[in-house]
Amino acid sequence: MEELGQLINVTLVFSTALIFAALGGMFSERSGVVNIGLEGLMVSGAFAAAVGADYAAQAGLGGLSPWMGLLAALVCGVLVSLLHAVATITFKSDQTVVGVVINILALGGAIYFTRGLYEGSAQTPQLQEVFSKISIPFLSDIPVIGEGFFHAYPTTYIVIALVIISAFVLFKTPFGLRLRSVGEHPSSADTVGINVAKYRYIGVMLSGALAGLGGATITLTTTSSFAHNTISGQGFIALAALIFGKWNPYGLTGAAFFFGFAQALRTFAQQNFDWAREIPTEFFYMLPYVLTLVVLVAAVGKSRAPSALGEPYDPAKR
Amino acid sequence: METFKKIFNTSLLVPIVSILLGLIVGAIAMLSGGYDPLLAYQSLFERVIGSPYHMGETVRAITPLIFTGLAVAFAFRTGLFNIGVEGQFVMGMTGATIVGVVFDLPWYIHGPLAIIVGAVFGGLWAALAGYLKAARGVNEVISSIMLNWTALYLANYIVSSFLSEPGQQKSKPVHESAFMSIDWLVKLTDNARMHWGTLLALICVVLFYIILWRTKQGYELRAVGHNPDAALYAGMNVNRTVVKSMFISGLFAGLGGVFEVLGVFGNQTIMAASPGYGFDGIAVALLGGNTPIGVLLGAILFGGLSYGSGGMSFGAGVPSEIVRIVIGSVIFFVAAHGIVKFILKPFMSKRADKRKEAA
Repeated sequence: MEELGQLINVTLVFSTALIFAALGGMFSERSGVVNIGLEGLMVSGAFAAAVGADYAAQAGLGGLSPWMGLLAALVCGVLVSLLHAVATITFKSDQTVVGVVINILALGGAIYFTRGLYEGSAQTPQLQEVFSKISIPFLSDIPVIGEGFFHAYPTTYIVIALVIISAFVLFKTPFGLRLRSVGEHPSSADTVGINVAKYRYIGVMLSGALAGLGGATITLTTTSSFAHNTISGQGFIALAALIFGKWNPYGLTGAAFFFGFAQALRTFAQQNFDWAREIPTEFFYMLPYVLTLVVLVAAVGKSRAPSALGEPYDPAKR
Repeated sequence: METFKKIFNTSLLVPIVSILLGLIVGAIAMLSGGYDPLLAYQSLFERVIGSPYHMGETVRAITPLIFTGLAVAFAFRTGLFNIGVEGQFVMGMTGATIVGVVFDLPWYIHGPLAIIVGAVFGGLWAALAGYLKAARGVNEVISSIMLNWTALYLANYIVSSFLSEPGQQKSKPVHESAFMSIDWLVKLTDNARMHWGTLLALICVVLFYIILWRTKQGYELRAVGHNPDAALYAGMNVNRTVVKSMFISGLFAGLGGVFEVLGVFGNQTIMAASPGYGFDGIAVALLGGNTPIGVLLGAILFGGLSYGSGGMSFGAGVPSEIVRIVIGSVIFFVAAHGIVKFILKPFMSKRADKRKEAA
């Protein structure tokens, strides 16, 4: 039973980054802008977090430095997403193509600047100060569940709070209603005086901020440094979680748990079961992607994307 | 003159300005890192045309990009975004390696068989994404991204479990009878890895045109790309067209992978990440406006840039990733041609004003 607690615990670690990014993708896509660039936004967040935390540590901020890394990731994510927003909203470019560009630019740029900042090394130095797990008093003493849910990184608690806040904002506030209306039927929204471009900019920038935090989570809890393979497809899995979770904050959280579980299973099974060591590692690496495919095949027919997703809004075509 | 002006105004101006802007963005990034952009671009250029060996190797770097560019462009023409060329490329490599390593046949059967098997591997991998879209409505972008990662690990598994000596990080070499290098050209270019794939890539450029614009099938493919509803109404089987288009696109991608094994390396390594030619193919296709000649030109540009980037780090100390920034920026400006027109507007309107004054 102890192992089960650990499995849940590792699942949460992997899921946290996915939830951040998928939540970001939700704001962008609910406003009608496809965001294939989640991967790139996570990369830029992971890079900014590694560099930010490293510089903060050198400046003597100690235990505060991972928080500075988180802040740097947020700012960097927003800046990169602005590129996406300007191209797709103001200049009405193809959203998928721009997303692909964001992915190319973010990875190329992050490695380029890493080499520039750290004397040619393609990897940032190992951070000494990263987040450590926080145990919630009393609750963490409950068997299995305590180890599973109440002994986690601060980022996990932050993301759970953000999911609840996002659900409230999206479904219970005028802002959320407007954001959704812009993604469903921009011309109607425009008719009643909602500034379509403004809400789409907000949606895309929120996606940058949240996906940036997601990338930072991986740097500051799992890898402790940034390299070209730090993110390796997490942004795309987050995108799949978003679709599987039907563009709903709770749905995508559930989907992200599922994908996090698939990743946790790899390390977990290999550590604990002899039969798992017989299976070639490559199949465990494949597992999250194959599961994503299977899930998409099973679920996609039933989920409905925001109606205006992927269409640049052009008032002249009303 | 009129036609020349028309071509120049509509289809060529944006790519050319985009390339210039991309190079400028690269220069700004280099300046911000304290490097000398002029020296860097100069060493890039010198690397590309510096010696017969480097020229040969540049052609070697361009060849896979022609294949992957055609693959992406072909799917685009049917309204599909095949972001999975990367995985299909890897499957093509794997197919060729399997045939090349396992079988021992006379050269006139072995080589062609390896090429065909590799191409079909790529084609089927793409058709899988096409089938999922047609039958289950799964967005081909998401499914083919997942298939990219699956292909990478599947290829690694096949190579490490069946095709390699124990402890080796690469497969056994493919047999001589399947190898596709052009010996006299290799000698002529001081051992640059020249192979028949380059010729086949050029043939594929022509085939691309013939399939899409000179056959009934191609007409259907393009019709579905233009307007699937109208195509359906006209009695075309849209779902079958989607699968067919992805299959052909995957054939091109697979061929690219085939010649990396049979023409260049002669074996397949266990890869930590996929080689990246598929993603560059997206750039090539976009820059080339999804036309066969455009793809060829785009491949020459990006192949030259990528190969020359080695010279940049050698000659000017600039990290070679700068080329990724340049390539990314070029596609960005091609995609966001609104921005390019916005930047050009002051120049264009001045010229128009002058013309008005003259009249």
